Amino acid sequence: MSEIENLNPDPLLRDNVFINSVDYVIGLTRSNSVWPMTFGLACCAIEMMATGMSKYDLDRFGSGVFRATPRQADLMIVAGTVTHKMAPRVKRLYDQMPEPKYVIAMGGCVIRGGPYVKYGYHVLKGVDLIVPVDVYVPGCPPRPEALMEGLFEVQRLMRHETFLDRTRRRTKPELHVPT
Amino acid sequence: MALKRQEIHEIVKRKFGDAVLEDRAEAPEPFLLVRPDALESIATFCRDEATLRFDLLSAISGVDYPERSAIEVVYCLDSTAHNHWLVLKVSLPRQDPRVRTVENIWRTADWHERETYDLVGVVFEGHHNLVRILCPEDWEGHPLRKDYVMPESYRGIKNVVE
Repeated sequence: MSEIENLNPDPLLRDNVFINSVDYVIGLTRSNSVWPMTFGLACCAIEMMATGMSKYDLDRFGSGVFRATPRQADLMIVAGTVTHKMAPRVKRLYDQMPEPKYVIAMGGCVIRGGPYVKYGYHVLKGVDLIVPVDVYVPGCPPRPEALMEGLFEVQRLMRHETFLDRTRRRTKPELHVPT
Repeated sequence: MALKRQEIHEIVKRKFGDAVLEDRAEAPEPFLLVRPDALESIATFCRDEATLRFDLLSAISGVDYPERSAIEVVYCLDSTAHNHWLVLKVSLPRQDPRVRTVENIWRTADWHERETYDLVGVVFEGHHNLVRILCPEDWEGHPLRKDYVMPESYRGIKNVVE
């Protein structure tokens, strides 16, 4: 605070002007306007929709704008069982999103195959085999509160990473998926 | 007028006596086991006969019986006109299960037969587009066969979790 006082000797300015790093401000604004992609695969999507509706109201955290195109989305919530047939499509949607992008793996199926882990011949055993996942939200399906906690975790990631310095930006592993 | 299952079986048997291999009208889920080569004509008869009028094919299922070395295909017929129903079965050899398509009799059979082909491997002869419907096109094997082994990987993606 003393720094700010030094920079702003004027008492009126001191109460109204805040000084901080650009990265912090960008992080704050970015984290409060996370736009998820409209995209659901199974029953988890029902819970995701409930999270967006009035009772849980994801809009309170700036994330109610579910975009109908990956090109406008920052966050992919993979909600529901990913089958092997669907996997290349999920990967393609992820590839179409602009950087920086984030992925929430929602529910047991997406994390490690869920109930299909042993005998589900057609189910992908974890979406992290095809796209890099930032936050895992367990549950079958997770309650809206759990998904919101996952979103807060993504917001926390956004606030604590540096956005402007490309060299210090978090790199994600490239995963090979035949499409 | 809705007919009892016994009466429906009698009508079919009167017309196709030698083609009906087994009549289980007293079973909890009654069915008629018919000869595969007579299936098409029996199905046509069931649809067109005024007293039967099975205008809806509600399901086709394939069942694998490795111990009998047989694959059975089950046809569930419904009559929306008379509100009665009938189950037809055919038993096919497991090595080479083939039966005539019924998609020209009930158009809904198109996708049902593709599903049965995809998952159990029954070949429906005369079907206009017998390709997989649920599994990816390049999937190997028919997953609902009892001796199906889960693939270790698919297109280079590991499919087993330790």
